[in-house]
Amino acid sequence: MSTDLTESQELKSTEINKYDFKTETTAVFKARKGVDAEIVNQISDIKNEPDWMRQFRLEALEIFESKPMPKWGGDIDLDFQDIFYYLKPTTDQGKSWDDVPEEIKDTFEKLGIPEAERKYLAGVKAQFESEVIYGSLKKDLSDQGVIFTDTDTAVREHPELLREYFGKIIPSTDNKFAALNSAVWSGGSFLYVPPGVSIEFPLQAYFRINEENMGQFERTLIIVDEGAQVHYVEGCTAPMYTSESLHSAVVEVVVKKNARCRYTTIQNWANNIYNLVTKRAFAYQDGTMEWVDGNLGSKLTMKYPAVYMMEPGARGEILSIAFSSKGQHQDAGAKLVHCAPDTTGTIISKSISKNGGRSSYRGLAKVEKGAVNSKCSVVCDALILDDASRSDTYPYIEINEQDVSMGHEASVSRIGEEQLFYLMSRGLSEAEASTMIVNGFIEPLVKELPMEYAVEMNRLIQLQMEGSVG
Amino acid sequence: MSDVLKIVDLHVSIGDKEILRGVNLSMTEGETHALMGPNGSGKSTLGLAIMGHPNYNCTQGEILLNGENILDLEPNERARAGIFMAFQRPVAIPGVKMADFLRHATTNVRNPERKEGEDLIPMREFRKEIKANMEQLQMDSEFARRYVNDGFSGGEMKRAEILQLAMLQPKFAILDETDSGLDADAVRLASQSINEIGHNKMGLLIITHHDKLLEHNPPNFTHVILGGRIVETGGKELAEELHAQGYERIRKQYPEAAKVNDESEAEAEAVV
Repeated sequence: MSTDLTESQELKSTEINKYDFKTETTAVFKARKGVDAEIVNQISDIKNEPDWMRQFRLEALEIFESKPMPKWGGDIDLDFQDIFYYLKPTTDQGKSWDDVPEEIKDTFEKLGIPEAERKYLAGVKAQFESEVIYGSLKKDLSDQGVIFTDTDTAVREHPELLREYFGKIIPSTDNKFAALNSAVWSGGSFLYVPPGVSIEFPLQAYFRINEENMGQFERTLIIVDEGAQVHYVEGCTAPMYTSESLHSAVVEVVVKKNARCRYTTIQNWANNIYNLVTKRAFAYQDGTMEWVDGNLGSKLTMKYPAVYMMEPGARGEILSIAFSSKGQHQDAGAKLVHCAPDTTGTIISKSISKNGGRSSYRGLAKVEKGAVNSKCSVVCDALILDDASRSDTYPYIEINEQDVSMGHEASVSRIGEEQLFYLMSRGLSEAEASTMIVNGFIEPLVKELPMEYAVEMNRLIQLQMEGSVG
Repeated sequence: MSDVLKIVDLHVSIGDKEILRGVNLSMTEGETHALMGPNGSGKSTLGLAIMGHPNYNCTQGEILLNGENILDLEPNERARAGIFMAFQRPVAIPGVKMADFLRHATTNVRNPERKEGEDLIPMREFRKEIKANMEQLQMDSEFARRYVNDGFSGGEMKRAEILQLAMLQPKFAILDETDSGLDADAVRLASQSINEIGHNKMGLLIITHHDKLLEHNPPNFTHVILGGRIVETGGKELAEELHAQGYERIRKQYPEAAKVNDESEAEAEAVV
């Protein structure tokens, strides 16, 4: 895949506020603020769910209510009763963009989703507030047995497949926010790739929060069957409001024998969104799970994509990019858990802090007893752009086996005065030079992205760098 | 009218240490000037001060480009005004491709009024030009995709600096030991390339310890710097004399400057 970005790297000034716009819509149904059994039952009623799912939700609500707020990570200053937990924007999901209400369609046009779909995607799910309002999948893939639908539909149409894994990778008891999601979840993707099917182009999900004080709780389950391959991409944006909104997703991935899954996130939430997400994959024999996790927006992100290597030969690779600016805290990282012999895990994390932003790397590398001959490598590099900004590293390492290889490297650097001078002596402005150095810093990760997303990532970095030099 | 770069009574300090103590020098576009002197005399300091390095504090004097003082200009503004320096040890910028960097640089220097985000020079035109220049410098086309100075050999670094000189076509170029650390063939190639790119065209200020570069680019003037001052200026025969006989005569003739030079060199060694 080519990563020569020179042609398209420049940001046009008209694109600067591309994501910060609000769409005027009339909801079909909007639950009152707050979360309790009544709201949970209401969501289940509207979705006309089977009893097991209603029970699953109600149990999760109890767990949510009983669990304390996490004492680590970032400061969460949220009133859970001051949030809307469910908003249904439209009656039906569109199979073509023409079926989608005009103003919502416009939203996704502005975000460039239909265009991307025409050009290079194998399928799309677009979620607006609580529901997936558009879904597509290329016909040759559905003919091969690929299922790509929203999770609500999967509950109705593929109950056996779904129930085998739903809530099994990430149980409601895992953490407070996984419990909250389990209680009030709505939307998200369900993807099943049958044995041996290799999907060449990415499947994309796009999540948009539009309303103020809205909570978005999508639930995604991906099952990549034996020898199959897929690349799934998610993007997220919201307009800027004065009060906070909450995005709390759960993403479960199963990678079976010899299968391969890459899950790429480019999170660009507005700076008033709490982004508290649990993502975990189980990789089985000789299967490979890759998380590519780009976190640019949000007020606070707490997200540590995990790979549990369950059987011999499984591999986990996690690439994490965090960029925090004024008023932002990215508490991002990764988890690798080696549960079987001969497993290989890699974490590469790059964080950038500027203008008073704070980036933390928080990661776990764990080798269970019996996971002999496993290899684990963690590299985290931080770049700090000014004195007001902050970077922290919290690496947790637990090794319960002798015969393993474990490497951990961490570096923190300031943007080099000599590098700035060198670029400026060639005519680049200070801002242009800083942006170039930052883009260079994350290049080892960006080059892993497909061309279109690499371009998007560089644009977002450039956006973040705008006006950073006084 | 030819462009003129004029340095008047320039004093430069790093921290509270004065390195240049009143340098005067005037160059006209198309002239070649050799700047010679022993270690610690202030050769590189003069170059970096002209380019505007933030750690080099100009405490007195002026640097005039066509009569306008450029001391208040940022390095990027100086570059856009037509000043260039090929660095002795250019810094690596990991992850930034040579081609991407050079396309920005070339665009900015050619359109000094360009703001960030405005169009770059067309890719096709840029590629053609960089390819031709790289061929002249016998550089592999792969080079454009490598990261700026990252893992470059000494020879590659110097060639990359000359490539930038060729692309940016400045009015005045300071070449700081662009021939050092190279084998004989590479020195010849570098010397010839510089001749083709800039000799008799740009104003060249050549800092060198060797004779090959000046053989290919005979200087109109040779300046000897010692203890932070230019103590003697001559023609190309002065450069030849220094190459053949070293700085013994100069030291004897200017004992005060030699003393200052020895002190600052001793200090520099202590720091290292």
